Amino acid sequence: MNWVVNPFDEYAVEAALRMCEVVTGGKGKRFGEVVVLSIGPKKDATKEIRSCLAMGADRAIHVVAEDAALDSFVVANIVKKIYEEEQPDLLLMGKQTVDGDSNQAAQMVAGYLGLPQACFAATLESFPDKKELVVGREVDGGMEVKKVQLPAVVSVDLRVVAPTAVKNNQSEEGYEYGDGPRYASLKGIMKAKKKKIDVKELGDLGVSTDLRVKHTTFAPPPERGGGIIVKSVDELLDKLQNEAKVL
Amino acid sequence: MSNVLIFCEHKDGAIKTSTLPAITFGREVAKHTGGEVYGVVVGSGLGDAGADAARYLSKVVVVENDGLGNYLAETYAPVLAKVAADLGVSTVAATATNLGKDLLPRAAALLEAGMVSDVIEVTGGKAFVRPTNAGNALGSVEVLTDVALATVRQTEFDPAAPLDAAGAVESAEAGDIDSLNAEFVQLNLSESTRPDLSEAKVVVSGGRGMKNAENFKVLEELTDLFGGALGATRAACDAGYVANDLQVGQTGKVVAPDLYIAVGISGAIQHLAGMKSSKVIVAINKDEEAPIFQVADFGLVSTWENAMPDLIAGVKKAKGA
Ligand SMILES: Cc1cc2nc3c(=O)[nH]c(=O)nc-3n(C[C@H](O)[C@H](O)[C@H](O)COP(=O)(O)OP(=O)(O)OC[C@H]3O[C@@H](n4cnc5c(N)ncnc54)[C@H](O)[C@@H]3O)c2cc1C
Repeated sequence: MNWVVNPFDEYAVEAALRMCEVVTGGKGKRFGEVVVLSIGPKKDATKEIRSCLAMGADRAIHVVAEDAALDSFVVANIVKKIYEEEQPDLLLMGKQTVDGDSNQAAQMVAGYLGLPQACFAATLESFPDKKELVVGREVDGGMEVKKVQLPAVVSVDLRVVAPTAVKNNQSEEGYEYGDGPRYASLKGIMKAKKKKIDVKELGDLGVSTDLRVKHTTFAPPPERGGGIIVKSVDELLDKLQNEAKVL
Repeated sequence: MSNVLIFCEHKDGAIKTSTLPAITFGREVAKHTGGEVYGVVVGSGLGDAGADAARYLSKVVVVENDGLGNYLAETYAPVLAKVAADLGVSTVAATATNLGKDLLPRAAALLEAGMVSDVIEVTGGKAFVRPTNAGNALGSVEVLTDVALATVRQTEFDPAAPLDAAGAVESAEAGDIDSLNAEFVQLNLSESTRPDLSEAKVVVSGGRGMKNAENFKVLEELTDLFGGALGATRAACDAGYVANDLQVGQTGKVVAPDLYIAVGISGAIQHLAGMKSSKVIVAINKDEEAPIFQVADFGLVSTWENAMPDLIAGVKKAKGA
């Protein structure tokens, strides 16, 4: 199981860990392997990788690349390449980065690999004896339930770290996790130091690094004109009626 | 010739109003490229959806097949890519609804094309502006491939008006339909008689300051006086006060109504990213330091418990209700 950088990705790691552990009597016993994939500059990514390993991931792959050399396509190409090398059952990604906000990479990887996709996942259910996943997807106006055969690509939404969002039908009935991703324990942090990070240079992967989208400039958004503090509901009603004319 | 293809979402034999801003986007791109704006309607039991789309578009390709009854990215992306390739268009776009966001990147992969998400402005045939970093920066982007894909932020483009003369409707074959064993199981729609958040003229949103689900009834009452839509912060959704699909923000819905009323909301950047293009913003919060007041046109420092009864009474009076 894999993953690519950012806050949503911490949720993806948490979801992966919940899928790969049997909880009985409040204690989790891991099975399977959770592999973390991070694409980014050397310094930034190493810290993030260590924290995912401290959460419980088993090992990591770090593709070293400067942010400027990456767009969704290059990222998707890198993930595709690593997928082919690793052949995981499931590729879990965050639904978007919180800086780029593009929300494209998972769908593209799925398209390139010809794999089924379940994006914006809020719930995940896996089964010990079936290679399939039932995913609750947050869609316009509600929740869609989609079933995909593994291997598949899943992008996770915020709610995937809710207490009962991930079920693997192996943990004790009704087990509830804490809300949000787990904190690394001291033991986890110590263990993480010994876990393997396989560092690869982007240039050595043999994937296309041609950008398809070029950012030309960044500008600040227009400022909102300063507002006022009203003293009472009556003044508010008056402003809405006579000044803003929205009432 | 550089034509534009718009993926048209539809319901009950008509295209969805959420598609109309994407058509406006298409017309703006076509002004730069000198091309036409086409549409594609995909599904089964389409009824008059193709003809309805043709009221706005110079040509509409209808791909109707029983195997396309429920939306699946796996089956729709190849259809979209095929229609785009057959028509030889240079731009493919859809509104950035959840469906659009799910579908277009997959189609972009199949077309080996560059893609831009959440476009808010057209500056050239393949040059666009889009917000990044939770709306704290506007990035100018250029697509370098022959074909460009884009999702369009619904609130930033006006709904398209019909053409003087409707366009042609053609049908096309779906080709091989392969779901890759993905299966649509069911869709649980939140029941609501209110307008869509992205389309409502008035949005009333509540945050963690509302304290529980029951208290949201007060906001619902105000919402309904305006015929508006109810929204919420992530904190309120996570706490189960309201359904998740009411979340407004960077990772939820983006809204830009004429009037946005924020109650018990602190104003985190992730929330602001989804509502700060609203025309008039009202904030009610008991903490005068709350960042929401920095974007509010009219701020009222008060608990909602104190403010809401009078506000509801005042709005009722103004509306003659
Ligand atoms: C990756 C990521 C994505 C996110 N995406 C989103 C998103 O899309 N949308 C979103 O909204 N958030 C999002 N968030 C969460 C965001 O950072 C904030 O945590 C959230 O918006 C806070 O919600 P809130 O204002 O309801 O709660 P709080 O920040 O807790 O604010 C509650 C406010 O209520 C006020 N209050 C309390 N009692 C009363 C009362 N009786 N009367 C009046 N006022 C009262 C308080 O003064 C306070 O200002 C995201 C966070 C992350 C990490």
